[in-house]
Amino acid sequence: MSISILAISYLIASVTYIIGLKMLSHPATARRGNLIAAAGMALAIFATIFLYKNEGRALGNYGWIFSAMTVGLVLGWLIAKKVKMTAMPELVSFFNGMGGACAALISIVEFDYIYTEALATPHSAFSSLVHTGHYLAIMAGGIIGSVSFAGSMIAWGKLNGTIKDVAFKGQHIVNLIVLVLVFGGAVYTYFSDTSHANIFFYATVILSLVYGVLFVQPIGGADMPVVISLLNSFTGVAAACGGFLYDNKAMLTGGILVGAAGTLLTILMCRAMNRSLKNVLIGSFGGGAVSSAEKQQGATGTVKEVTISDAAMVMAYAKKVMIVPGYGLAVAQAQHTCHELEKLLEEKGVEVKYAIHPVAGRMPGHMNVLLAEADVDYDNLLELEAANDSLKTADVAFVLGANDVVNPAAKTDPGSPIYGMPVLNVEDAGMVIVNKRSMKPGYAGIENELFFSPKTSMLFGDAKKVLQELIAQVKEI
Amino acid sequence: MSEVQLFISQNLDMVYVVILMIFLGIEIIGRVPSVLHTPLMSGANAIHGVVIIGAIIIMGKAEPDNYLALILGFLAVVVGTLNVVGGFVVTDRMLEMFKKKKPNKTA
Repeated sequence: MSISILAISYLIASVTYIIGLKMLSHPATARRGNLIAAAGMALAIFATIFLYKNEGRALGNYGWIFSAMTVGLVLGWLIAKKVKMTAMPELVSFFNGMGGACAALISIVEFDYIYTEALATPHSAFSSLVHTGHYLAIMAGGIIGSVSFAGSMIAWGKLNGTIKDVAFKGQHIVNLIVLVLVFGGAVYTYFSDTSHANIFFYATVILSLVYGVLFVQPIGGADMPVVISLLNSFTGVAAACGGFLYDNKAMLTGGILVGAAGTLLTILMCRAMNRSLKNVLIGSFGGGAVSSAEKQQGATGTVKEVTISDAAMVMAYAKKVMIVPGYGLAVAQAQHTCHELEKLLEEKGVEVKYAIHPVAGRMPGHMNVLLAEADVDYDNLLELEAANDSLKTADVAFVLGANDVVNPAAKTDPGSPIYGMPVLNVEDAGMVIVNKRSMKPGYAGIENELFFSPKTSMLFGDAKKVLQELIAQVKEI
Repeated sequence: MSEVQLFISQNLDMVYVVILMIFLGIEIIGRVPSVLHTPLMSGANAIHGVVIIGAIIIMGKAEPDNYLALILGFLAVVVGTLNVVGGFVVTDRMLEMFKKKKPNKTA
């Protein structure tokens, strides 16, 4: 009887995942969808604890289980609540890594079980003693979980700035070799002699960890969201391996669902940036010395700088200012300061709007989340088309740490890597003020002729510092 | 070949589930506005936290003297809970920001 209640609980949980994901993809229902999936998850977890039977026996070790869950609950809750909104992407990566680690640990323990069992018959091929399906599920869970864990940790480090992009020559070949070794290890473990099958298993897991590191390491920090989404779907598949192993439908449906949806989401994200997944994974974009050298010739000229006080003057006396936020704003955590400037200008009778490019900040929706945190009114955030209409009548376009999303080369230069990507036509405004830290090209590694246009004035410096100085100046006017 | 056949016929319902879920997963999020990409990723991240069920099973069936299973299982439950709780809470926080100003935002 209790078994069937368990099965029904899993069924309900699976349905909540599907409904939850479905609702998450519509703005109006998203939040409720998340809660529904969470409720389903809670049901599945508690049903497992109290109703699951392993070979006819109920689960034990409740003390261990509940204390571990309490630790995870308190830690997870605190981390998730405390962290700044700007650090969201890296947090998702961190939690994703935890899921991967969980899958890998499960595989290690389960391997230990089948290995100990096999040891009872020494000196025979491991393959003859284990259930092939179980072995496959354990090995796949171990490999994918480890790759996901190691990769997510690297992505996490990159996003919070502790790990730098490192790419060396021939890295792709090294990666490929490691990957082949991982698969080789998985096959070899299966056919090896029982007495040392465990060594090969652990070696394979360690190699998987190495592969996870190598896989993410060369990819630019700006492309991390795409990588995280991909690793997210990996972890989904790793969870599904557990579903196979335990014949557990909740794990299977949840895992595969995330695996499939995550893969599609990864592709959608790439498409929003007008790039292919292959390009993101193999690209190591910025390093492309050829492309930047070529483009350099296309866009040279003199750059005009503007002082803070001049910029403040221009904005304070403008009728309409469009702010174009980008990654620079996010990095400097300047969203609150930006909102302050907006309020100040509005007090002076200036109309202030934000032009939000769909992939500004290289993370779809990043700017919306960021500005919403700073209490910017949603009505002031204009999406691409509305923003381009509005830019035509704006006196000043203030570009804050954005680059590629305002690069006119996307419209004019068919040779440009970002050609065809929809951009914000800031040059339609009466004047363009660009805040950047330096003249370094953006993430696409290409020069931006906008900066050399006679309409454009540059305001170099950290976005937050510049904004603070601007506020001080505007107040004095 | 016969092994593959055997495997599929033994796990037929699993195979059905996998195939249907793949299509469902792709179909469900087919038309998501780019503004929601990040929360959706985060939500999906929380859902694969279902892997914690495996960790609980490991922990629950471990013999009291099987320290490897107990220690690693304990760790697995901790990180699995982190994944689930953190994932859902972060997603909720993100979505809260979208709702605060204007609930019926159409992207």
